Amino acid sequence: MEMLSGGEMLVRSLHEEGVEYVYGYPGGSLLHVYDAFYNQSAVKHVLVRHEQAAAHMADGYARATGKPGVVMVTSGPGATNTITGIATAFTDSIPMIVITGQVMSHLIGDDAFQETDMMGISRPIVKHSFSIKHPSEIAEVVKKAFYISTTGRPGPVVIDIPKDMTVPNDRHEYSYPKKVKIRSYTPPQKGHSGQIRKAVELLLEGKRPIIYSGGGVVLGKASDQLRKLVRELNYPITQTLMGLGAYPATDRQSLGMLGMHGSYEANMAMHNADVILALGARFDDRVTNAVNKFCPDAKIVHVDIDPSSISKTVDVDIPIVGPMDNVLDEMLEILAEIKADKNSAALPDQAALESWWNQIEEWRKRHAGKYDKNESGLLKPQEAIQGLWDATKGQAYICSDVGQHQMFAAQYYKFDEPNKWINSGGLGTMGFGFPAAMGVKLNFPDEMVVCVTGEGSIQMNIQEMSTCLQYGIPVKIFCLNNGTLGMVRQWQDMNYEGRHSSSYMESLPDWGMLAASYGHIGINVEGKEQLDQAMADCFGKYKDRLVFVNVVIDPDEHVYPMQVPTGAMRDMWLSKTERT
Amino acid sequence: MRHIISILLENEPGALARVVGLFAQRSYNIETLTVAPTEDPTLSRMTITTSGPDRVIEQITKQLNKLIEVVKLVDLTEGAHLERELMLIKVKASGAQRAEIKRTSDIFRGQIVDVTANVYTIQLTGKTAKLEAFIEAIGPSCILETVRTGVSGIARGEKTLSI
Repeated sequence: MEMLSGGEMLVRSLHEEGVEYVYGYPGGSLLHVYDAFYNQSAVKHVLVRHEQAAAHMADGYARATGKPGVVMVTSGPGATNTITGIATAFTDSIPMIVITGQVMSHLIGDDAFQETDMMGISRPIVKHSFSIKHPSEIAEVVKKAFYISTTGRPGPVVIDIPKDMTVPNDRHEYSYPKKVKIRSYTPPQKGHSGQIRKAVELLLEGKRPIIYSGGGVVLGKASDQLRKLVRELNYPITQTLMGLGAYPATDRQSLGMLGMHGSYEANMAMHNADVILALGARFDDRVTNAVNKFCPDAKIVHVDIDPSSISKTVDVDIPIVGPMDNVLDEMLEILAEIKADKNSAALPDQAALESWWNQIEEWRKRHAGKYDKNESGLLKPQEAIQGLWDATKGQAYICSDVGQHQMFAAQYYKFDEPNKWINSGGLGTMGFGFPAAMGVKLNFPDEMVVCVTGEGSIQMNIQEMSTCLQYGIPVKIFCLNNGTLGMVRQWQDMNYEGRHSSSYMESLPDWGMLAASYGHIGINVEGKEQLDQAMADCFGKYKDRLVFVNVVIDPDEHVYPMQVPTGAMRDMWLSKTERT
Repeated sequence: MRHIISILLENEPGALARVVGLFAQRSYNIETLTVAPTEDPTLSRMTITTSGPDRVIEQITKQLNKLIEVVKLVDLTEGAHLERELMLIKVKASGAQRAEIKRTSDIFRGQIVDVTANVYTIQLTGKTAKLEAFIEAIGPSCILETVRTGVSGIARGEKTLSI
């Protein structure tokens, strides 16, 4: 059998798992491992400028490809700097492997140099974590980590490796396990057939049905099945922030996003529905508004791979635990069977469905994504996002930061495909978008990859411009610059009588010079004409360059619709003056 | 309502921390917790008593089941079960009190396991309510120290929690 050092085993194990890129930053406790990297070329290492960005890069890669991203950082500050990135992935159920160095095992607990209890610090925000006790465990632990991270409800897994586990001359037998079995971990393989049949029957009884789908459909790679089901039923569908793209936004049956900044028609249809099919969504507080007023007339079917998501905040009538693709396949089969039986009493009431659609079309007309144009002469953020959509024909990977620009992107960039809308939905991590975009672009060099951001968020990981220069990662940064922390300011306008406490970004840099100093291109945009020109240049003559597009927008714009706090789904502000 | 959750857990470092951490993170309440290895040294058996509305208890069991080290768990209070707790209680026992305490201890089937001229240490086993009744019967003024193990529980009859 082959004899390898722990460091070599780790790198080989990653190769066995098909890992092409590892995002990380070296340091004392990982020097043996980095030396093992040096001697091979199968697994490439990307050196970031801050460990948080490594985690977001891995995360962006995972969201775009469905495969786990791999992070490698040293002990102590290296490890703690990844915490926000791990928490971001955990909240959105993203598969990720985080390998952290640790001080030598005999020093653990001594407050040694760059020692921190990473197992302890990361515990609440990981799906699982391993601490290596002997070099010979490494291959099996890596195998288990990938298995746990990618199956069931995915999530980040930490592997903490003391330095003495990776010593070059300490060699042990190495073979990579083909299979792994963990007796206490058996992710669901199949939904309960009886429940699925009951669910289909309930759905067909609906007179005002709606499908509410979330990130679980994207993660469960069940977009095709979802599309078939929605079309087969001719029911309206609304998607959560995390689910956008699983069903095409430009399709007639799509009502857009629901929730706090959801569309008027989506929130109205949810509130008035009599049957809701919830797919891989978790009835998050940003969706339901006040739980006790949530969809009063609806019977709810909830499909999720995680039993703890079911009846967590909202009681459901028919729970189904299982993998999304498998459950939807079975639903489609049962539906076909019922439709084939001409005598079946279970067929939907077409007249009721038609009047439901008529009602929805009425709602659609009321708000319809309206916003006031060019009142102040400045570009509106909505207009800017629409300009981006036009320039990219809706085909770009959009990696968003967090704030107003994120909501505008979710509302106005119509996603027609899954895995192309990449944002920190659950944790709301500012600084996520840029490194996430880098992770995507590195793996899809021929695709358009845009970081939609604001002047607040972008400065939280701006240092990665340097990484982009080193590795030639030509992402486009589309910065909606309103000179203010827009979402904070919006809340201050609406709830604090306009007292803008610490929401104004003073001392902003000259973005063009900043980009140029890193060897990139900076373009300043004021007005629609300049926007169109900038877009043409971004994807034309500067196709292979990182371009920082500073889009000056109206600072007074708010995101609407906005649900009224403690209200029901239907209670919304539709503009600064119009309420439902 | 009070629930007794019995858990088979991988006997590995960090497993206990994950269980306790889960309760703290999600602000679930732990009243008692006991844990020790089973006849199979790779497994620990843990008993947790907790209380809360049904929705919270359902979440507790589901979240516990998600922990990779949790092999199996059961809410014992859903069926017939036995529960026991052991208490060691040190009480002042001098003069006329001495005989009275001995009698009370006998009534509760306690055993005096250590004696000095002025102090009895009594060992008592039973349901939580029985231990509390004893504490009340003895009266707070003569109690010097109490230590309790927390509840251990097991299902009645043929039902077992095993892999």
